[in-house]
Amino acid sequence: MPEQTVTQLKVDDLHLWFGGVAALTDLDLEVRKGEIFSLIGPNGAGKTSFLNCVSGLYKPQRGTITFHDQDISRLRAHHRARLGISRTFQKIELFKGMTVLDNIRLGRHLYMKTGLIDGALWVGPASREEIQHRNFIEEAIVDLLEIEHLRDQVVHMLPYGLQKRVELARALALEPKLLLLDEPMAGLNLEEVEDMARFIIDINEDPRWEVTCVLVEHDMGVVMDISDRVAVLNFGVKIAEGVPQEIVSDQAVIQAYLGEIEVYATRR
Amino acid sequence: MPPAGNPHHLEITLTGEMTLPKLLLHTASVMGRERIALREKEFGIWRPITWGHYLENVKQIGLGFVALGLQPGEKVALIGDNRPEGLFSEMATLAVGGVVVWLFQDALIDEVQYIVDHSDAKFLIGEGQEEVDKGLTIRDQCPKLQRIIWDDRKGMRRYTDSMLISLDEVKRLGRELDAQQPELFNRLVAQGRAADICLLFYTSGTTAKPKGALLTHFNMLMMGQNMMRVDAYRQSDDFVSYLPFAWIGEQMMSISCGLQAGFVINFPEEPETAQENIREIAPHMLFAPPRIYEQMVRNIQVRYLDSPFLKRKAYELGMAIGYRVADRKLARQPLSLGWRLLRLAGELLLFRSLRDHLGLSRIRHAYSGGAALGPDHFRFFHAIGVNLKQIYGQTEIAGISVLHRDNDVKFDTVGKPIPETEVKITPEGEIISKSPSVFKGYYKNPEATAEALRMGSDDSGPWLYSSDTGFIDGDGHLVVFDRSADIMTLVNGSKFSPQYIESRLKFSPYLQDAWVLGDHRPYVTAVICMAYNVVGKWAESRNIAYTSYMELSQKPEVYQLVGQAISEVNRYLPEAARIRRFVNLYKAFDADDDELTRTRKLRRRFLEERYQDIVHSLYSRKDFVHIETTITYEDGRIANIKTSLRLEEVSG
Repeated sequence: MPEQTVTQLKVDDLHLWFGGVAALTDLDLEVRKGEIFSLIGPNGAGKTSFLNCVSGLYKPQRGTITFHDQDISRLRAHHRARLGISRTFQKIELFKGMTVLDNIRLGRHLYMKTGLIDGALWVGPASREEIQHRNFIEEAIVDLLEIEHLRDQVVHMLPYGLQKRVELARALALEPKLLLLDEPMAGLNLEEVEDMARFIIDINEDPRWEVTCVLVEHDMGVVMDISDRVAVLNFGVKIAEGVPQEIVSDQAVIQAYLGEIEVYATRR
Repeated sequence: MPPAGNPHHLEITLTGEMTLPKLLLHTASVMGRERIALREKEFGIWRPITWGHYLENVKQIGLGFVALGLQPGEKVALIGDNRPEGLFSEMATLAVGGVVVWLFQDALIDEVQYIVDHSDAKFLIGEGQEEVDKGLTIRDQCPKLQRIIWDDRKGMRRYTDSMLISLDEVKRLGRELDAQQPELFNRLVAQGRAADICLLFYTSGTTAKPKGALLTHFNMLMMGQNMMRVDAYRQSDDFVSYLPFAWIGEQMMSISCGLQAGFVINFPEEPETAQENIREIAPHMLFAPPRIYEQMVRNIQVRYLDSPFLKRKAYELGMAIGYRVADRKLARQPLSLGWRLLRLAGELLLFRSLRDHLGLSRIRHAYSGGAALGPDHFRFFHAIGVNLKQIYGQTEIAGISVLHRDNDVKFDTVGKPIPETEVKITPEGEIISKSPSVFKGYYKNPEATAEALRMGSDDSGPWLYSSDTGFIDGDGHLVVFDRSADIMTLVNGSKFSPQYIESRLKFSPYLQDAWVLGDHRPYVTAVICMAYNVVGKWAESRNIAYTSYMELSQKPEVYQLVGQAISEVNRYLPEAARIRRFVNLYKAFDADDDELTRTRKLRRRFLEERYQDIVHSLYSRKDFVHIETTITYEDGRIANIKTSLRLEEVSG
């Protein structure tokens, strides 16, 4: 893989606290365009808080977040989505009563330009637009994630592993430049983990996508296999950053975390 | 037997010149290049492929193979799901004089290696990454293999091995060659002769290593022609190709019959969507092994169990009518006016919606072949108005030789020989047949060939020895016993048919597979594999917690459920043949574990060996048997299993 050096996401001096509890302290991170960047650390280290800061759900008290050289620190979540930041959640946040396709279509909402009246009349631009979106969803998402057999299933009827896949599909419908993945492997069995890892690599490498991924994950096997770089958080502080081989042998990481790696890596 | 029945309006004279590729050219020109030959569901939409497009693909791929060095008579192995590219590649190989070897899509590495090596295949054509990986794994053991060809780009970005080549690239090579030598393709097709080998077809033996049956163009074409003299197919018909091309039944429909009749072949989007896609197409004919029909019945039964009271009652009433009408019809007794009206009511209320759910709303001919289908399943389909018929044959006779005629169907027979086919029973009871479709022998296996093909007293071609036993009944129908000893004998001398009991057991929606034992033993017993989905759902609705197949199978409630299903069957069995003890196995039988053939027949001898502890315990007084075994997953990981299985008496 060619070395990527364009910075896509830059975080400077980020501080986030809830009352007296510091969730993130003086965090500096740089995610390069086209890489899979993983964030690891013990429970409560601030990994999900970081994703929430980037996607706009949390307002950090200090620091700046720059996306493609644009300061997005003050932007609302939906503005950040429009810039190309998309995410999945640790606990599935789908519309459970809707079908798989409808959930994915909702992810396209941002790109719908025709209005209510056009849509109701279903003439000219409205139907053309919908056909375009349909093609995109089918060719770029449904085919990639192999969910052809689920299109018309209602989400809450699906097993957990497939719901995770649908959530990824919805995040992709936004055509993100940056994808934030919050524990995509949690709760999956071995086969599903392998599938999910393959999808993330596809999304990252496929010329149609080439999406930069920020991955928060406890499954060390996956993290070390697919990441280009890894950063380690402990109590809201970054204690290490580097390529996977460096992280595995880093003394500070071993002290803070490696004792637990065995626990987290039991699937391997 | 003289050729008779419904002469088919497209029927051609099969000369010594005619081959499958020549027929493709012929049919494409008769049908016109713009007419639809195939359909494939892709990106959620059925996309038509015209005869012109079909032919163009065959030409480009075929010439591409020539450019890559394929010589007439050389073998090309194919593996992958049913898709147009598979059909194109097969016809392309045949067009330039090659021989096609199909592999089951889910074949394990060892099987792929054995067949690719034994067949001397020069190319391996896989669908995508999975098949390419298999090819790359075995190539060091298969020195004759020169190229691995793939057509699905997904996951193939990082593969740069020089042995790999994409089907698009093959087509490009073909177009180049065509530009240089525009006459080449037609010349190569014209060189083919009816007596040339077209398929090297590996049979999934229940006992030994697969054997490669050599079939000629003439074999395949005659089989299709004679079959369609019994049941005519039309150009306007639709057929869904979703069973493995490595199964002779699929070759028979898609190639032997498809090219002659010119019906539209539809390919499902993914194997997982096949059932849904069948319903969308509603094919006019279906040829499937018993497991497909068993699954259909199970689907309906499960929906029935889930239905509210009123719907259940309507179903029960409708089915009672359906069964009565079917029984009279099968006994060839006339229906009174009253019953006709009742049947009409059943049709409006129930049967047509059941058929629609199963994708059988337009079905004219449904065939079951490959193994015996139980009488309960058979009656079910006739009750809902599906013209289900048994077929008998083997790969060695290009698919089928015997089938039921419309309105002359009996549960326990497989019907009468198709035209130009003779079927006889040897004094030892073995079924032997003779027809223009009898194969040429096994590849590199003269002993097995001599065993299967024996000359009769006259010079009219060899008889095919099937190693099946059976007899011909008073109506001229063939009755086939199960391959591996249909009739077993208890120590006290009473006889029973394990296969018959198994098929009746499988009518219960809760039982996926059953293995009945008792040969040279004091009584009959059964090893049961429950249907995980159905029993799982049943357990959930009763708040029975479980985490795995193994745990669920050992629940006392599940034993009770299975015990009831067995007693139900026992009621209709003679005293001696009743199942006395049974055990719920901790897993389902699987072809990957060699427990079943790829066509899902039990491999009894292997099972006896593998589960000897369980078998032993079934014939002891023990209530539990301790199991320690290993399971090998598809990716090669091995898991140890330690558990105790309960053995239970059947009550009642």
